[in-house]
Amino acid sequence: MSLSQADMNERLQDYGKRIESLAKSVGLDYYPVDFELVPNTFMNEVAIYGLPIRMPHWSFGVRYIHQLIRQSMGHSRIFEVMFPGNPCHGYLVNSNTLAENTLVTAHVLGHADFAKNNHLFARFAEMSGTNIVEHAAAQAHRIEEAVRNYGQQRVEALLDAALALEPHVDLNQELHRPLYPTHAPKRAEPAKVSDDSFTGRFRHLPGETGRAEAPREHKLAPIPPHPESDLLWFIAHYGPELEDWERDVFLAVRYESFYFYPVFACNIMNEGWATYWHARLLREADFLPSELYLDAITCHSNVVRPFAGDQQAALAINPYHVGFSMWERIVEQQGLERAREIRRDEDDFGFIRNHLDAELTEQLGLFVYEAKSDDGIKIAARDVNKVREAILAPKFNYGAPRIYVGEMRNDGTLVLVHDHVADGRGLDLERAARVVQYVHRPWRRPVLLQTVDNRGSPHELRSGTS
Amino acid sequence: MSFYHDPLLSRWQPPLRISTEVGWYDLFSRGARDWLRHNQKVRESVEKSLPNLIAGPDVLSGPGGGTVLVPVRLAEHARFRLRDPDTETGAGQGAGEPGQVLKPGQPQQGDPTSGNEAGGGQGDLQFVLELKIEDVLDWLWEELKLPDLKPKSSARQEDQEYVREGWDKRGVRSRLDRRRTVKQAIRRRAIQADAAPFTDDDLRFRQLKRRDRPATNAAVIFALDVSGSMGETERQLAKTFFFFALQGIRRQYSKVEVAFVAHSAEAWEFNEAQFFQTSGTGGTVSSTAFKLSKEIIRTRYDPSQYNVYLFYGSDGENLVDDRELATDSLRDVCAGLNYGGFIEIRPAYGISPETELAGIFSRVQHEGHPLGIARVTGREDVWNALRQFFQEQQARAEVA
Repeated sequence: MSLSQADMNERLQDYGKRIESLAKSVGLDYYPVDFELVPNTFMNEVAIYGLPIRMPHWSFGVRYIHQLIRQSMGHSRIFEVMFPGNPCHGYLVNSNTLAENTLVTAHVLGHADFAKNNHLFARFAEMSGTNIVEHAAAQAHRIEEAVRNYGQQRVEALLDAALALEPHVDLNQELHRPLYPTHAPKRAEPAKVSDDSFTGRFRHLPGETGRAEAPREHKLAPIPPHPESDLLWFIAHYGPELEDWERDVFLAVRYESFYFYPVFACNIMNEGWATYWHARLLREADFLPSELYLDAITCHSNVVRPFAGDQQAALAINPYHVGFSMWERIVEQQGLERAREIRRDEDDFGFIRNHLDAELTEQLGLFVYEAKSDDGIKIAARDVNKVREAILAPKFNYGAPRIYVGEMRNDGTLVLVHDHVADGRGLDLERAARVVQYVHRPWRRPVLLQTVDNRGSPHELRSGTS
Repeated sequence: MSFYHDPLLSRWQPPLRISTEVGWYDLFSRGARDWLRHNQKVRESVEKSLPNLIAGPDVLSGPGGGTVLVPVRLAEHARFRLRDPDTETGAGQGAGEPGQVLKPGQPQQGDPTSGNEAGGGQGDLQFVLELKIEDVLDWLWEELKLPDLKPKSSARQEDQEYVREGWDKRGVRSRLDRRRTVKQAIRRRAIQADAAPFTDDDLRFRQLKRRDRPATNAAVIFALDVSGSMGETERQLAKTFFFFALQGIRRQYSKVEVAFVAHSAEAWEFNEAQFFQTSGTGGTVSSTAFKLSKEIIRTRYDPSQYNVYLFYGSDGENLVDDRELATDSLRDVCAGLNYGGFIEIRPAYGISPETELAGIFSRVQHEGHPLGIARVTGREDVWNALRQFFQEQQARAEVA
């Protein structure tokens, strides 16, 4: 079926409107979506940067070339991309067929419903406002201006540090987070002790009465007052010699990191939800020509295929497939209302742990594999608990090692501590040393990092010495 | 919608479809811009480690214009990462019982250096940078802070050339300056009545004069000991050194001629290709090489017209009986040289006592001849040797 672009657009608009009214009638709840047809290159940019317009950095160039290679090998094709907001932005590829874009329209509506109602997305939207695309573009613009004002070398060195720390934010804190109190809170007066308590009787012992209480000093609070895992925030606000525009760059990266988190933490749920809805909406859209419906359903089954047709198993799970299967089952067994509650309350951690049960694990053929360099790859377990944890393991702490600011010394030395006990092993020392070096540039004072080496004994990396 | 953390795209492979339309967006790709910046960074870091990268085999090539291909890795933007676990685990999907092997382990091969490519993912992609030899040399000279070569002071070296200078009323026909001749005729006719169009007096001929010109030609003689004691490693080191010494000289002089001399107990002249293939057996009589070099200089590279350089590579061994003869013939050669370098190549030895040839060279050097001695035990020494030679010859040229 070959249609002229204009003809296709017209029909797509028609179907889009009717799918939207169908979606509303079955209870999808979302902010309006602005749809736009874009060329494939636009999709590639989004795949590389995560956003249509984002700050320049050479590391995106590496992603760019990988994306080109993947694409030329046919491994990667991006059907749609959607940015939540009010309105949401939904982008469709203009080289998709009408059937594909009809499906994608329904899929985007599923995402839009998820983004408005899921608590993680809603929390971010509340903190950041609802125009991430424009905001990121403005940040990119400011950083490009900084390149003009301060030179590429300086800005790049700054972004080397800030982007390396991208996942090291404290998501439980506010996006616009207040500074630490400068002084330690005054200690509350000790509660009155009654004279018949032990302390009261002790005070009446001979020789104990005359002791005056030392006046309580109003002490300066140490910085940080507690281990601080929001590294981007901490460096931005407590870097001893950071200039304002440099602070701005760190906070820009932190802003985007906050934005990416719900997408990251709800991947399976969100993709599954959108897939569930595109399947359901297309099924119920009796106005679609049957030929187009068949094409769209073929496309759907490609998306939810667990692994390529010529293979027996995959060493990864397809979030579209797993999420879709889980949502179908939840709706079937617990009803749509319950499904909406789950969509509102959970992220992937709760979703997988509470709703991926043994029966479904077996039905989907999920397993845990073990890979050793000399021993090959084998299936290690099919137990549901182990499968759940294996799915979730790469998602903890934004997928990054747990690193916090332990101390800022009087000479400005920044002491970073790696929680190797929680992570189970030490850092990749060569890379860690380079990150320490990156951080040293904007921090300008010594930077230390404490972790363990591969024998488990304490190891300290220090900036300036390599 | 979430393609930000994107390694999850490789499971399903829909048919490849690439848009043939070129939209406005193709005109400016941020990804391409950042890729260019990445390449620029790789280039910069390559420049820094160039001495090690370039010293590989087969870089010796024809005069100028050549390029070298340097395999490099994609630069990696480091992030905090846990070290690779002994056993990697993950979630997968498909048929099979626990314990079933999905992919057999690869038997460990003998070469440990090629095996440890594990991890990294992104870093494993290699691409090739093509570098112009001229660029490479410019970087090297900057990086190593090598001084430029000094041609000999012009008093000694005279290269004569003819330059145009002035006009005369007589001369050969070919140098008739028509423009001036016509001007003369017009001038004359302006003050004469019934003037003839041209007279012999109007003719003007260009004059040529002989003038001295400093020589910009250079000749380099590479001499190599190819006796049995010079193995493949030694020869590779000599080759690397010769290549860069030659490139350095080519940077300086417009025209460089090269001669290759190899010797064991006898000396022969070779072309470049044969030179490094040649191997001999038997004793080492270096005087033969010096004599042949002297002969080459005498017949082809007149020191008054050429800046002559000699580089001699050897493991330092020489027949003791040859000592006197070698010393004398070296002294002879030096008379015609801008600068001579002895590269003692002893990769197998650490610090060792002075060799026979090092003794000879340092004796002649102390007599005031423009010689330098450098010891090369490995690749990194090649650059030190180059730096040493280029700096020494500069110092000498300034004294002279």
